[in-house]
Amino acid sequence: MLSALEKQLLNDYQQGMPLVSEPFAEMASELNQKGFSVSEQDVIDCLGQLQDKGLITRIGPVFKPKSVGGSTLAALSVPAERMDEVAGIVSAFEQVNHNYEREHEYNLWFVVTAGTQEEVLQVLAEIECLTGLTILNLPMEQDYHIDLGFPLWC
Amino acid sequence: MDELDRKIITATQAGLPLVKKPYAAIAEQLGIDSETVKLRLQQMLDKGQIRRIGAVPNHYKLGYKANAMSVWNVPDDKIKELGDQLGALPFVSHCYERPRFLPEWPYNLFAMLHGKSREEVADKVQQVVELLGEYCAGYELLYSKQILKKTGLRLKAKD
Repeated sequence: MLSALEKQLLNDYQQGMPLVSEPFAEMASELNQKGFSVSEQDVIDCLGQLQDKGLITRIGPVFKPKSVGGSTLAALSVPAERMDEVAGIVSAFEQVNHNYEREHEYNLWFVVTAGTQEEVLQVLAEIECLTGLTILNLPMEQDYHIDLGFPLWC
Repeated sequence: MDELDRKIITATQAGLPLVKKPYAAIAEQLGIDSETVKLRLQQMLDKGQIRRIGAVPNHYKLGYKANAMSVWNVPDDKIKELGDQLGALPFVSHCYERPRFLPEWPYNLFAMLHGKSREEVADKVQQVVELLGEYCAGYELLYSKQILKKTGLRLKAKD
């Protein structure tokens, strides 16, 4: 279960936090205006706990895809008996930052991100070579998402 | 984006250090002053290269166990208009246009849908079906079975 402070931190700061020298002090002060009674250290500790529990993956910048280097979404149709082996090969690439098993004929979906587009293509070629499977390469052509925030518990 | 921007990205992409002055800590690591770090981050925010700086939730661990990648086949000449509408829905966390690969892959619009249960997601799918109306030539839902790897963007430091 999430504590009241954890919920509030998640709700208020997933869309952004103050870009100031001491952001956690600023966040403590904002929370205190909402009826909390927390110190800067409490905020830091609470964020650390959320991170340790895996409820947040990090506190920091979220970069827009394609604005730095190259990236793509790729899919493989993996025979069930080879899933562990192939998933392991794919995840082992440091350029693979998401790898999901999904319920579909194309059952392994992963994102490849690298400093350049050439490196992305090279990783895809290596994965094809190591697995003997053909990749469906689906680079983003346009981003339509408008970030309005994501309600976490309604 | 110049070399300094890239260095700042490399130093922050795995997350800010949880210390009182995180930007000063990054600045020290890079041998620059903390005002520059904040200014560069602000500029990247203004340019849209950074979407936001904040807590990055793991929806799955927070109880949003049903996450479906929905893929839609819509007419190319309508995709911008429909993509904008789909991307603005509150339960959609990503909405991208991607190429088709015919015949095996006819879908050109991707939207990640999140819910606490598959019933909830199914209800949202229905809302998308209604929104797309006659322009929807087909769709599929790809539910996640297992997260095998999930990390932030990794940009290698240039030597």
